[in-house]
Amino acid sequence: MSRLHITKTPKCYVGGAFIRSESGRVTELNDASGAFFANIPQCTRKDLRNAVEAAAKAGPGWAKRSAFNRGQILYRLTEMMEARGVELADSITLSGVSKAEASREVAAAIERVVHYAGWTDKYEQVLGSVNPVASAHFNFTVTEPMGIVGILAPDDAPVLGLLSLILPAITTGNSVVALASTMQPYPSILLGEMLATSDLPGGVVNLLTGVRSELIPTFATHEHLRALSGVANAEERKALRLGAAESVKRVHLRKAEEPIDWFADKMQGAEEIRALVEFKTTWHPVGG
Amino acid sequence: MPAAVKAPASLRRLFDEIGTVDHVGIEERVVKYTTRSIKKKSKVFGLRLAVSMVDLTTLEGKDTPGKVASLCQKALTPHDTGGIPSTAAVCVYPAMVKHAKKHVAGTKVKVASVATAFPSGQAPLKTRLAEVRAAVNDGADEIDMVINRGAFLSGEFGLMQDEIAAVVEACGVARLKVILEVSELETYHNIRAASFLAMRVIRPNDFIKTSTGKTSSNATLGNNQVMLEAIRDHFLATGVPIAMKPAGGIRTAKQALHFLIAVKETLGDEWLNNRRYRFGASALLNDLVRQLEKERTGAYQAPWNFSEATEGY
Repeated sequence: MSRLHITKTPKCYVGGAFIRSESGRVTELNDASGAFFANIPQCTRKDLRNAVEAAAKAGPGWAKRSAFNRGQILYRLTEMMEARGVELADSITLSGVSKAEASREVAAAIERVVHYAGWTDKYEQVLGSVNPVASAHFNFTVTEPMGIVGILAPDDAPVLGLLSLILPAITTGNSVVALASTMQPYPSILLGEMLATSDLPGGVVNLLTGVRSELIPTFATHEHLRALSGVANAEERKALRLGAAESVKRVHLRKAEEPIDWFADKMQGAEEIRALVEFKTTWHPVGG
Repeated sequence: MPAAVKAPASLRRLFDEIGTVDHVGIEERVVKYTTRSIKKKSKVFGLRLAVSMVDLTTLEGKDTPGKVASLCQKALTPHDTGGIPSTAAVCVYPAMVKHAKKHVAGTKVKVASVATAFPSGQAPLKTRLAEVRAAVNDGADEIDMVINRGAFLSGEFGLMQDEIAAVVEACGVARLKVILEVSELETYHNIRAASFLAMRVIRPNDFIKTSTGKTSSNATLGNNQVMLEAIRDHFLATGVPIAMKPAGGIRTAKQALHFLIAVKETLGDEWLNNRRYRFGASALLNDLVRQLEKERTGAYQAPWNFSEATEGY
């Protein structure tokens, strides 16, 4: 007897729940052979606004977790990814890349999560400092998370690229609203399902799918976003910088025109973390 | 209609006169209010109207003259840009009336005070009336009283109405808002009954109000609708217009617009002003201002651009 063919409705992971766009719009996604694969939600600026609200709710609690606990939770994410690694790799092959290439990306992505899971209780020692001053003060600099970070994922490397941008932000206690690759959105849907089961509090990472040109103006102008990180072309960078200047947010963008080797070691580490923290310097009087 | 059948004889007689409430019909009706598309110009109109209808409220044991002063500033100038109108009133405890009056005297912002042993109303009538007179003497323009729910629920409507009438007298020129405390009335039938009993003894343009905000459930579109329809039926029967104030639980601009739609579609434009309709709220004002700024600037706003909700002062 033939079984009923069950097709999946991909949904975005926002605020710890799986949503379709409030607009009800979808984009048809085809697999490598050109056959219909699934309807991907086409999120709107209102979905972005709702995601920011969710991130705002979750952020303070996430930042208050101990550094050690944030590390544990990130490590838990690798366990979830490891278990569904084959499915995740298959989702990357939808775009036509080879199975071997896709598996290599998933393996690198899992290692990247482990990398940042290790950083959670170590970046403060590297980025913070005790500063010499010429008066009777104890002067020290510590980091604080910025708040909500908007992420614009690259079109390629739909898992590794997206995670390489999200991880340094959440390592320090930021929360994130990310727009996944427009060309290859499906892996981000799976990633959302893994995040949901990883002990990461709902709302810390919010993943949207949709059309970049529709959402970039809102990313640029939304006052509640404190920083923008990601990959953008010249025109997008201009729009983002203009909006960011108006709403005073930090911009940390890579050029889409230049090839990016997401596998490289320099795509991870303390400098990526540094780009998305605020520094607070305190003067504390000592002695008499 | 089982609730009415079990009710005391006096309540049954009242229902014969005023009719009961179609519970399912009300629930269906109010769901429709949340589906209207209010955009651009009409949204700005609605938001500004809602701001002008807010009774900006602080009713806490920890209220101080300083906190009331900042509340008054907020009521007078909800935001520094955008030409946002001032609120209708500030609503405070009787002890704070004289402090509030100092700041809003000579402006359009009224001072409203809860009185009559708010929120329970469980004090001797003499004490409650003395509280009303003291608040009016201190400069309160409006008095929010609570009804004697015990009297209502045991069917002693005469007692309940006499007490309201006594407060009306004690108010003098001050406008009265009669709080039914809907969460303690249990059914829509009872809300309608209490609305009618109150409306029959108060003056034209006095208010009936949903709740104190101090109990588990507060103003909802459902009980708001029951009271609006009571006001409509009372107006059609007698020609006496009664004003309405939902209070408690209305926190977002979107909710406020839903309530305004209910007013527009039940009572019409005559009630779409702050003489006939108010919101008892504190956090609502910031969200209204936030949405107005979003409409003005085109950018979604961050909460720190607005002062904290009044609970945070």
